[in-house]
Amino acid sequence: MSWLPTPTVIAQLGLIFVVFNMLVLSAAFMVWMERKVCAYIQDRSGPNRVGFEGLLQPFADVFKLLLKEQLKPKAADTILFVLAPLVSTTAAFAAFAVVPFGTETTLFGLLDQAIPLEITDVNVAVLVIFAITSMGIYGIVLAGWSSNSKYSLLGGLRSAAQMISYELSYGLAIAAVIMMAGSLSLREIVMNQSGTWLGFIPRWYIFLQPLGFLIYLTAGVAETNRAPFDFPEAEQELVAGYHTEYSSMSFAMFFLAEYVNMVTVSAVATSLYLGGWLGPFLPDWLGWVWFLFKVFLILFFYVWMRWTLPRYRYDQLMEFGWKWLLPAAVLNLFATAALVLWIG
Amino acid sequence: MEILAFYAFAAITVIASLLVVGQGNPMHSVMLLIVSFGALAGLYVLLDAPFTAVTQIIVYAGAIMVLFLFVVMLLNVPREEAVAPAISALLGPTGMRLGVVLSVLLAVEVVWALSRVGIGWFTQGTSAASVSSVALIGNSLFTRHAFAFEATSVLILVAMVGAVVLAGRERH
Repeated sequence: MSWLPTPTVIAQLGLIFVVFNMLVLSAAFMVWMERKVCAYIQDRSGPNRVGFEGLLQPFADVFKLLLKEQLKPKAADTILFVLAPLVSTTAAFAAFAVVPFGTETTLFGLLDQAIPLEITDVNVAVLVIFAITSMGIYGIVLAGWSSNSKYSLLGGLRSAAQMISYELSYGLAIAAVIMMAGSLSLREIVMNQSGTWLGFIPRWYIFLQPLGFLIYLTAGVAETNRAPFDFPEAEQELVAGYHTEYSSMSFAMFFLAEYVNMVTVSAVATSLYLGGWLGPFLPDWLGWVWFLFKVFLILFFYVWMRWTLPRYRYDQLMEFGWKWLLPAAVLNLFATAALVLWIG
Repeated sequence: MEILAFYAFAAITVIASLLVVGQGNPMHSVMLLIVSFGALAGLYVLLDAPFTAVTQIIVYAGAIMVLFLFVVMLLNVPREEAVAPAISALLGPTGMRLGVVLSVLLAVEVVWALSRVGIGWFTQGTSAASVSSVALIGNSLFTRHAFAFEATSVLILVAMVGAVVLAGRERH
């Protein structure tokens, strides 16, 4: 019976299945949370008809989109037009593969050999996330170009410029954390944050890298095209930006990619700055609860910010990115490097 | 398995690169070039050099190709103009023949040089660990290859200054 997969392989495949579906579900939940929080901020009640408190509303929306007609502009570039949403969604899901969300487990003794709660532990994990995120830009740029519409093109161009500008600060903020941890593996970075100072302050990098955390969050908002940096799809100027010409499921895929990207950025922030699955009170094997809670907090912050702050102007965004955020990130990197050298 | 993966990635790299040249639409050329870079990164992974692979994706497939796309989109050329026949001597029959001779010479020279140094020259001083560990790569980059590293950065700086000068010329 050597052709049968070993229990570890089955557990790994199960893990991939669970993570994939959890990402889809978290995107659905985020859509619901966004509408609900937005409604309360604007003194409305939001979706409350489909399911308990409107929890099934996102699924109703997906079925509606599935039944819509798939449209394609006559002058669009067919191959790239079809390819663009696929690139966006694939990149969004792939990036999560290297994010750890719990300690090693044997699934209550079912497995001989403990498996870590993450899909794969690459020793250059942080760079892999960076690489996959930079691939995600192509989805948006291609959608903008291939639609052959002026609004889409402008949206795509803006998004390319915005993401290139903010990727630098994003990378420099991460580099400071990498220097402190001395490792590129997210699992090792999280393990480096275990323990406490003075018995009650957790050794999370957010306390050592407060500026880095702010830079990461700001650049993360710009990278995921969220308000107040949502220029690629600024409704008042560009109709819907790069996905103006998309309908039905191909539009839904862009939508899904945006929310999954948010979840990934939050999960990486949790691992880099908030100690990942580490936390007090809960036993080790329940660490993923802490992980989910921290990710949820950051996601809530995202939604909160979107419905509180108005959109910037495009030139302000560029000026802020290059003249303020990037110098701040460089200074943060220099200061961190000097401290790491000094303390040892 | 590894051999299969190697041939798959190699085939994708070569075919995509050939298609890059053959495309009439510059947008498709750029996309195919990204595919070729991606397959090349796959080859690096097979060589146990994940850092090189990821850097290849970030720098070439990510940053540089986005700039390419940016330019193509800004100019918005749907189709490359066919080259006008024989506008200069370089594209005339004499120039073409000279080009063929030169490329044959180059191929002969490369084969000759490779056969002289032998395969051992490439493997000396490098082990699997030295390409897979980020710390070792950093060490050798800033000690053994420090001069080449600094020279490259100066080269890039020169290109940057050149771009600034060219862009600023019209104002003065």
